[in-house]
Amino acid sequence: MVLVEFTQTVITGVSVGCIYALVALGLVILFKATEVFSFVHGEIMMLGAFIAFTCITFFHMSYILSFLAAVFITGLLGIGIERLTVRPLIGEPVFVIAILTIGLGYVFRAFVSMVPQWGTETWGFKTPFSDQYLRSGELVIAQDLVFIIVCTVLLILVLAAFFRFTKAGVALRATSQNQLAAVYMGIGVNKVFTLTWAITAALGGIAGVLVSPLTFVHMYMGLFVIKAFPAAVLGGFSSIPGAIVGGLIIGVAESLSGFYLPEGWKSVTPWIILILILLVRPQGLFGIQEKKKV
Amino acid sequence: MRFELKRSYWEDIRIFRYRSDFRWYMALVFLLLVLPVFIGDYYISQFNVVFIYSIVSVGMMLLTGFTGQLSLGHVGFFGIGSYTSAILVSKGIPFLLAMPLAGLLAAAIGILVALPAVRLTGMYLAIMTIGFAFIVEEVLARWESLTRGNMGMVVEPPSIGPFEFDSEFSFYYLALLILILSLLAARNILRSPTGRAMISIRDSEVASQAIGVNLMKFKAVAFALSAFFTGIAGSLSAHKLSFISPESFNFLESVKYLAMIIIGGLGSLHGAVLGAAFLLFLPGVIIAVKEYLPHAIASQPGLEPLLMGLVIVLFILFEPMGLYGRWMKVKHYFEFFPLYKKDTFKRVKSYYKAEKH
Repeated sequence: MVLVEFTQTVITGVSVGCIYALVALGLVILFKATEVFSFVHGEIMMLGAFIAFTCITFFHMSYILSFLAAVFITGLLGIGIERLTVRPLIGEPVFVIAILTIGLGYVFRAFVSMVPQWGTETWGFKTPFSDQYLRSGELVIAQDLVFIIVCTVLLILVLAAFFRFTKAGVALRATSQNQLAAVYMGIGVNKVFTLTWAITAALGGIAGVLVSPLTFVHMYMGLFVIKAFPAAVLGGFSSIPGAIVGGLIIGVAESLSGFYLPEGWKSVTPWIILILILLVRPQGLFGIQEKKKV
Repeated sequence: MRFELKRSYWEDIRIFRYRSDFRWYMALVFLLLVLPVFIGDYYISQFNVVFIYSIVSVGMMLLTGFTGQLSLGHVGFFGIGSYTSAILVSKGIPFLLAMPLAGLLAAAIGILVALPAVRLTGMYLAIMTIGFAFIVEEVLARWESLTRGNMGMVVEPPSIGPFEFDSEFSFYYLALLILILSLLAARNILRSPTGRAMISIRDSEVASQAIGVNLMKFKAVAFALSAFFTGIAGSLSAHKLSFISPESFNFLESVKYLAMIIIGGLGSLHGAVLGAAFLLFLPGVIIAVKEYLPHAIASQPGLEPLLMGLVIVLFILFEPMGLYGRWMKVKHYFEFFPLYKKDTFKRVKSYYKAEKH
């Protein structure tokens, strides 16, 4: 029985961790390629969830179609953010753009609260997996959780293939290594930036649709993934495997501490782990400390 | 047009750059002293809030604007200041002692936060400070024997000796006095070797290390000073509001602090006050304007966050130097009237940064 409880808590943790990992992955890819630190990803995720919710509830579209619509629209939103607000600021200090994205987050949250039928209430929608469980002996796992894990694994594989085999993926990696050299090699760095925003925003949208069965859909959903930041930093902010491992660590630790430790620990455990790891390794688990050259 | 002729180093670091500046400040202080006689309690209360947050803004400015260390966790220091002062006063310690103690405790915790923070740079630091804010909020909510948890605490009005600052009117002068003291203290810190070291760290860590600035020490000092101001402001705020509870020290509050100094203009004390005034008068203005708006728009609860977000975004896009930067430009335009060049204030962009780790 103890073992079953433990396994269930860990699996819940892993699936929540997968969401953190997806958002952290978006943050890390964005930071690697464009040196932008985005606080707006939680809100993009929330918009993705709201779009899927609208498609399913009001337009009676199928889950898959709504999913694709959410991903498509959040991707476009990413492009919009890049073209309208981030591009004029290329070359400004990192934290200026970071604060800009915080401002955008406020705007998006306010926007959601103003849309009729969205507003400040909490919504939910049915997925093909809700109320279905996988059973094995005493172990009962919601299919929603399994779906999150499967989707994350698939996405990571797709992304890995994208970075390895496609021209755009290689251009993106080149830009992330050295922007100036990438320009000299004939890579349109501006286009890469736009592409990166589209990809990472779409990742956020996917995370939003996936997480909706767990957190439901409401305007403060974005704050749920504030823990993607410790996940990303834990992994070392410039390492893609780091983001995934960081997300899983944070998710599992949060889930376990919520189950075994007194109330209140759940929300601070990720941050305590983050601070402890940064004390020992300021560059994160997988990060490489670059010495600044003068 | 004014010609600057400086004959000694001391002239370069005077508190007031020109004698006329001093007169203008005196005029401003005089104006602020007589102002509450003519305005109602509602506006006095607004001014009190602006004064309190200006102190926070000064603290943030020392850390972010002058030392270049980004913090998103200052609400933690604010909360520590609030609770320390509230608890001490409820235990019978006079306010005049409780307030500095609140500041000192915040500063001590600031040094604790700085211990891991001095090894981190840029956004790593920002994320770590978010963690700090979350931990403080949670501790305040869970340490029920001391803070009464989520039920909140009732705080007595501040009193010095037999005199109680129990009206908005009397509190106005207390807050104004402490704001002026904070501004003078900050200005003097910035003139001192400590302040100069902090500014050099902001401009280049490597270069300042090369000329013998102890990075660790001055970053920790900056954290402590900044936390001290924020703690003092927290103490004032607790006594003004007369009720505090942990959820008012949410991490999103520190975004507001950051927005204040960005809007005001990073790297100037004028900006700190201007930014706080702008951001805190904004809700009042929105409420005043609301009456003239169509009902459909005016009844939206999201109007205020929307405007706050838009203000941050538009300032960063179109006036990255903030309100004080705009003021400088206007002043410059008139000082150099026919010869004004737009590029004087152009920022140097660096297209290749290596802040990655």
